[in-house]
Amino acid sequence: MGVSPSGALYAFFIQPLTSLYGWAELGVKATPLVLIGIALSIGFRAGVWNIGAEGQLTLGAICGGGVALLFYEVDSVFVLPLMIIAGMLGGMFWAAIPAFLRVRFNANEILTSLMLTYVATLLLSLLVHGPWRDPDGFNFPESRIFSDSATLPTILQGTRLHLGALFALGGVLLTWVLMARTIIGFQVGVIGQAPAAGKYAGFSINQIIWFTLLLGGAFAGLSGLIEVAGPIGQLLPSISPGYGFTAIIVAFVGRLHPVGVLFAGLLLALSYLGGETAQITMNLPLAVTGVFQGLLLFFLLACDVLIGYRLQIKQTKTTATQGVSS
Amino acid sequence: MKRKSVLKQVTGAVISASLIFGAQAIKAEDVNVGFVYVGPIGDHGWTYRHDEGRKAVEEALGVKTSFVESVAEGADAERVIRTLATNGNNLIFTTSFGYMNPTLKVAKQFPNVKFEHATGYKRADNVSTYSARFYEGRAILGTIAGHMSKNGVVGYIASFPIPEVVRGINAFTIAMRKVNPEAIIKVVWVNSWYDPGKEGDAAKALIDQGADIITQHTDSPAPLQVAEQRGVYAFGQASDMSAFAPKAQLTAIIDDWNPYYIARVKAAMEGNWASTDTWDGLKEGMVAMAPYGDVVPADVRAAADSVKASIIDGSFHPFQGPVNNQAGENVVKTGDVLDDGALLGMDWYVEGVQGQLPN
Repeated sequence: MGVSPSGALYAFFIQPLTSLYGWAELGVKATPLVLIGIALSIGFRAGVWNIGAEGQLTLGAICGGGVALLFYEVDSVFVLPLMIIAGMLGGMFWAAIPAFLRVRFNANEILTSLMLTYVATLLLSLLVHGPWRDPDGFNFPESRIFSDSATLPTILQGTRLHLGALFALGGVLLTWVLMARTIIGFQVGVIGQAPAAGKYAGFSINQIIWFTLLLGGAFAGLSGLIEVAGPIGQLLPSISPGYGFTAIIVAFVGRLHPVGVLFAGLLLALSYLGGETAQITMNLPLAVTGVFQGLLLFFLLACDVLIGYRLQIKQTKTTATQGVSS
Repeated sequence: MKRKSVLKQVTGAVISASLIFGAQAIKAEDVNVGFVYVGPIGDHGWTYRHDEGRKAVEEALGVKTSFVESVAEGADAERVIRTLATNGNNLIFTTSFGYMNPTLKVAKQFPNVKFEHATGYKRADNVSTYSARFYEGRAILGTIAGHMSKNGVVGYIASFPIPEVVRGINAFTIAMRKVNPEAIIKVVWVNSWYDPGKEGDAAKALIDQGADIITQHTDSPAPLQVAEQRGVYAFGQASDMSAFAPKAQLTAIIDDWNPYYIARVKAAMEGNWASTDTWDGLKEGMVAMAPYGDVVPADVRAAADSVKASIIDGSFHPFQGPVNNQAGENVVKTGDVLDDGALLGMDWYVEGVQGQLPN
């Protein structure tokens, strides 16, 4: 490509982080990836394949954003908490549909959750083209810009880093405690690895399906709300460039562990930021960024497999081997 | 080049300020130009033409330019624009409607950087807007379609139901029905600017419904390829797409941003850049037409040429009365012309368009 490799690596990994603003942007970009990634990793551990986090994210944005538009220019401290609750409930509702279909009719949740993603996108598009369109916006498909009381406060002056980043950190802590210290976390692990053993122990598979899907929906819905109430500040026909799908990669790169997911989310976010600086400063085309990300993930997962095999030989630490089987 | 200055006082203030500093003319290397694109530069449509403009600027003025392609209209746009600004770009073109609010946000933080936003309506002291009167080109396409369509049914592949797109559909329909008063237009909304798969499917569906000409307000050449396969006619969008459909393309609307970009970068270099609102058309050359396809007969070429000439000399306007709406009610009286305000907020169909406008 005619550019020096060290220069490219610098543009990719170092340059985005040479300023405080860069670090803040990393947090902004990683927040939805981490939030959804940790929730999905719990589902994946239990063998519940929620592929539709993108749709749950969209519904969270719709419900939370709807509250913001309902209380447009209402100056109250209760608007934002209400939006957060509405966003989480919206995501949970959207995840409850595949959960119900799986438990009641044994319908494959991969298909149902994925298909509902498209329904959610169309629903959002319907709303911003129709009833929620900005009345002063020349018919362009976007809502009003949320008033200040409906916008997440920034936690770092002069940047876009907002309260949502703390939610993501809190989420990591919460799920870590959940998985390591509670009965339900233990049940998730057992049912994922040995459903028959779980059944024999009296664990309810249906309960785990409901739990993991609702949790995933709540976190995805929360991240959708964070996006519209944070960096975007209004409802648009498309609010996420595929965070719900990228989070699946994040969950696996993070090897389904909350802390791992945190770092995986940061790494993937950095690759997006780096891709942009590489385009600006090195004139590298976007396709190189895609290849770069692909190689990065490939080698990471390849390492994961090798590490997993070695651990298997020694027959220690069963949780690590599970990364290979899934 | 004509420039409507909407913010007259502001423009005046900036001009007087630039007069003071004008003596120390800025050197070429002091102006770095950044571009933000919504699609890939290889889309052969909208983004491709903007990138051609960027290359023209580099060639004509020798300034350094940089760009970021396929930037999603959402949370990412603000970061990309800001990164361009912090990397020493002091004139930044954001080339999609969805970048409007992010552009204004960043412009507020960087008062010394100049911004130009395509197709938007919000301006500031350091934010200009610019767009092209594509509807003028649509009137020429409609005229050709009126002559060339055998069964009087045209399939229109549309992106989003915003005034810009509705205006194009209406201008096309009015011109076509001037030639063939029975003609109808069937519209399919694909809700995307660039999605070759969806655009191709829409073209197939429209041809199956009897359309023998396909036209589009989306950016990929996929509909033309479908038209070529199925043996119907089509019009190229944003650039000459005859390479993809040598037999099917009758002509194409070409977006020519090159003169505008060169003029604006030059203005920045000379220190007399000011915030303006530009809406140029065929006359100024921002909208141009590709050569006619071989199948277009001489009389149709003559009819299209005369429409083009009358738009350029101002004797004809694509929205010249009488214009009826979908219900057949007269909305523009004979002799009247819709003003720019009505054009910019257009949210209704003219007579001859089938289906309901989604809103």
